[in-house]
Amino acid sequence: MIEFPWLTLTIWLPIIGGLAVIVSGDKTAELTKWLALAVALLTFVVSLPLWFLFDVTSADMQFVERVAWIPSFDVYYYLGVDGISMPLILLTTFITIFVIIAGWEVITYKPSQYMAAFLIMEGVMVGVFAALDAILFYVFWEAMLIPMFIIIGIWGGPNRVYATIKFFLYTFFGSVFMLIALIYMYFQSGSFSILDYHTLQLGMTAQVLIFIAFLLAFAVKVPMFPVHTWLPDAHVEAPTGGSVILAAIMLKIGGYGFLRFSLPITPDASATLDWLIIALSLIAIIYIGFVALVQQDMKKLIAYSSIAHMGFVTLGFFIIFAIFNQPAVHSGAVMGIEGGMVQMISHGFISGALFLCVGVLYDRLHSRQIADYGGVINVMPWFSGLVVFFAMANAGLPGTSGFVGELMVILAAFKADFWFAFLAATTLVLAAAFTLWMVKRVIFGEITNEKVAHLQDLNKREFINLGALAAAVLVLGIWPSPLVTVMEPSIIKLVNQVQVSKLPNAPTPTISQTINHIQP
Amino acid sequence: MENIYLTIVLAPLLGAIVAGFWGAKIGRAGAHWVTSSGVGIACALSLWVLSRFIWHDLPAFNDTIYIWMVADGIQFEIGFLVDRLTVLMMATVTFVSLMVHIYTIGYMADDEHNWPHGSLAGKNSYQRFFSYISLFTFSMLMLVMSNNFIQLFFGWEAVGLVSYLLIGFWATRESAVFANLKAFLVNRVGDFGFILGIAAIGMYFNSMDYAEVFAKAPEFANTEIAVFGGVSLMTLICILLFIGAMGKSAQVPLHVWLPDSMEGPTPISALIHAATMVTAGIFMVARMSPLYELSTTALSFVLLIGAITAFFMGLIGLVQNDIKRVVAYSTLSQLGYMVAALGASAYAAGIFHLMTHAFFKALLFLAAGSVIIAMHHDQDIRNMGGLRRYMPITWITALVGSLALIAFPGFSGFFSKDAIIEAVGHADVFGAGFAWLLLTIGAFITALYSFRMYFLVFHGKPRMDEHTQHHLHETPWVVTVPLLALAIPSIFIGWYAVEPLLVNNWFGNAIVVAHEHDTLHHLANHWHGQVAFIQHGMHGLPFWLAMSGLILATIIWWGWHKVNPAIDGQLQQKAGPLARVLDNKYGFDDFNQRVFAAGGRRIGQVFWNTGDQKIIDDTIVNGSARAVSWTAEWMRWLQSGLLYHYAIAMIVGLVGLLTVYVAF
Repeated sequence: MIEFPWLTLTIWLPIIGGLAVIVSGDKTAELTKWLALAVALLTFVVSLPLWFLFDVTSADMQFVERVAWIPSFDVYYYLGVDGISMPLILLTTFITIFVIIAGWEVITYKPSQYMAAFLIMEGVMVGVFAALDAILFYVFWEAMLIPMFIIIGIWGGPNRVYATIKFFLYTFFGSVFMLIALIYMYFQSGSFSILDYHTLQLGMTAQVLIFIAFLLAFAVKVPMFPVHTWLPDAHVEAPTGGSVILAAIMLKIGGYGFLRFSLPITPDASATLDWLIIALSLIAIIYIGFVALVQQDMKKLIAYSSIAHMGFVTLGFFIIFAIFNQPAVHSGAVMGIEGGMVQMISHGFISGALFLCVGVLYDRLHSRQIADYGGVINVMPWFSGLVVFFAMANAGLPGTSGFVGELMVILAAFKADFWFAFLAATTLVLAAAFTLWMVKRVIFGEITNEKVAHLQDLNKREFINLGALAAAVLVLGIWPSPLVTVMEPSIIKLVNQVQVSKLPNAPTPTISQTINHIQP
Repeated sequence: MENIYLTIVLAPLLGAIVAGFWGAKIGRAGAHWVTSSGVGIACALSLWVLSRFIWHDLPAFNDTIYIWMVADGIQFEIGFLVDRLTVLMMATVTFVSLMVHIYTIGYMADDEHNWPHGSLAGKNSYQRFFSYISLFTFSMLMLVMSNNFIQLFFGWEAVGLVSYLLIGFWATRESAVFANLKAFLVNRVGDFGFILGIAAIGMYFNSMDYAEVFAKAPEFANTEIAVFGGVSLMTLICILLFIGAMGKSAQVPLHVWLPDSMEGPTPISALIHAATMVTAGIFMVARMSPLYELSTTALSFVLLIGAITAFFMGLIGLVQNDIKRVVAYSTLSQLGYMVAALGASAYAAGIFHLMTHAFFKALLFLAAGSVIIAMHHDQDIRNMGGLRRYMPITWITALVGSLALIAFPGFSGFFSKDAIIEAVGHADVFGAGFAWLLLTIGAFITALYSFRMYFLVFHGKPRMDEHTQHHLHETPWVVTVPLLALAIPSIFIGWYAVEPLLVNNWFGNAIVVAHEHDTLHHLANHWHGQVAFIQHGMHGLPFWLAMSGLILATIIWWGWHKVNPAIDGQLQQKAGPLARVLDNKYGFDDFNQRVFAAGGRRIGQVFWNTGDQKIIDDTIVNGSARAVSWTAEWMRWLQSGLLYHYAIAMIVGLVGLLTVYVAF
């Protein structure tokens, strides 16, 4: 029986829809926008079966589609999702709706192409998460750059050329090494299937080189210290929607890469080099936290905050080896990775919402400088309430989604090493400090800038946007169980996988902690 | 029972949601009715449950409401544990909260005046205020009723959030939004320790459930953990958790946020920053007694921190002139007493004092608020005086509160505080003697600052300007009724509660005390009824010190003040350096501002300017871009396309190579 190709539909519907939006053009701009919104909504709807028809007891790839694409090179159009990629696909289709809505009245220059760029972007990003063939993955991976390049380059701020070049070169630089690694493994395994790579025996040198190649690609995307400086620049220049996609989804692709490629393909190298990632993650949490504190530009501040939060993600992923080495500890590795995953989803909502909030202010005053604001609560009380809510979520308040991932990573980090947890937990203070200090200066106080006095509170469109994201943040914070349940089998499988050495002459696999629980 | 407990928790939440989101629609009366009814239902049901516990010996309830998530074999859940400790907290919290709801109707009646003209934030501020205090009640109930560490942390942070919102309620005032940020951050420092404590429990117990953790705890009594050169696991866990309590319950050195929190409207100072939220830390430690009993080091730490807070914060109260700040420092000091009780393993006495303090301190704050209303929001006690003639109910109730606070025999505070000092006297953990000394002298200081304020406010000649004096009158019934309602337990609750709580072990197994730590059994063994307890107390040093404080205060601020109205300021000048030290609050604020706030910003600046901008961006990123462009320039210069350039290059190269070849 051939399953209904939900993944293909989720990938190609927005891409084709995006092309249709371009064709319909700007002359009927109003209609075009509705068309774009319809496409985004429809894409979200067709992605929902991925969630509802997903078998939460299985760790295997589901919704698999496999068709020969370039037979002479064994390249397949090979798609499938597990508990790791499926939530990220839903995040993508969900967030895109709000990006389309956010650009509604704001983008007056070539709106149809703007909307189309985001729709195409959406399809491509879903493709990245769904691809199980290395070449297909790589094509989607690189294709992602083009719409984003255009979005920042055309609808961006005054310094957009510098930002786009920096963004493009940085990410492109990272990915060519990944391509080499993928091709190398093709010659070793005779297949481009990512799942075949997972079982491919590799010597230590090869593993280390492949690990580093992947690291370059993914570290730039996440971004990790010290290859993070493209992100603040890109955010500052990007239009609101671009920032949202960048923060909410594109960064997650780096995190996803670690789980899909680095850990399962090069477990021995990962175990050897885990200290590097842990160190960089902790630097991201603390160093970047301090850097965020002194930012004058709201978008830069949130961009740095994103880097710090993504530090939690990579920390959660790579503490697992230290946990394996703790003889007394029974579990924790699964929690670390799950925490990183939850943090990615949650950060998608929260950072997306925060960038939308900055967009709301920017649309009115055309400034992102903290110093230009103050006393916004006097004129925009509803908006201020939402900002405080998202700020608290960003600071990891329990009851919001921001807490769940942080809690899980801290719990797991404690099992790895007291000091990892200690350093990671400084985010409780740092994130609260940089986020709430900004809130204090922007939202509270008396109005000092004459222009602020004339601001209008949220319109219906903005209210729907932020309200929906607030609901998502709250639901995930109050009831994270469904998300965790979906992920758990795949993550348990991954954790068991990385404990098996892939060195050719390795002794019989010794798994220090075979994990097979789903319920306690 | 589950439905009843759910109703208790959800009724205030529902009120908060309705008043918060639809405040404009339902109007002011709608908002205070919906929230007060919610809290009223919670209060009535809590009292009913309490009565069931008292007279029908209702068994403890411990069950899951829903599963938050199951991750990696650990079940995280939302669930209630209602035992005798919980139910006492529930009753106290909801009762004080209800009183504060009613009081707020009067206190916030003309809140528009507190906002800049035309500010939309001030438009429905009345409704929003009610929404917040109801939300607070919900959060506090979630905290005390939790049966696991995650929900505890949820409640813990949620009350912190509401505290943040309420301290900064008048969000256009710079001092208010400074204070709320400070409060949140200082609390976060505490929570930093708290979450590490929870993580340590997660690591060793693999569970977040109280019952499971407490049951397994004795197994880990001798476990060492390899940090800081090897410490006892229980000590680490208890001290980390206590750091959280130090933030929330404002213990030195994390106390700095509480005095500033007085920027919030007075009703919440009473509810949150005196009666309930700040006692969350005390409740938490009492709840964790099965853990704390396993670490004498942690108990000793708790005891010393508590005693130091009780004594040194009380001293600051002597030099404060803002009526709310005097009460705030008094709160800090009293929290210190409760914490010291915990450190002496007299958890029951700590909770007992928590309860009596909730009533009389809420009363004092609300009385102060009543004075502030009458004084048209002037809070300086130097401008008051003689108010007893204008506002008799406020006067009498404030007197009741003050007497309870200084542990005047027979009043509620007497029973609880005397029990604490006695228990600390019997404790033999490290530092117990020192702690006892601080707490005993503290009794003198408490009496001194309390009655300094009392006399300066209610006695002597009126010192306010004529306009204010002309308009002085007793506040409306919505204000005075809560005062009276709180005055009653402030007098009597000690008398009735002392025997069950301290003598008859009412808490049962809700509180665990190791036999060798049991400091309250002396009291129980020599129990001959309340009268005998009072008589016994009147032979003790604390009583005499308190009385001398009271008498000294009477002499100075009643007698002497009549002759020389400037005496208060003169005394402070005479005290010179000591008064200055107290006035600077021992320099904690300056230190934090300079070291942590300014230091943090400076580190951030250095990291950003040097690290991100200079090293990474300028040197590495743009540096490589420049290197590429230089190389390209150079290559372009080489490839000039002119034949004779190439010819010369060839000849030079040939000669060079030949030279090398011949010479070497």
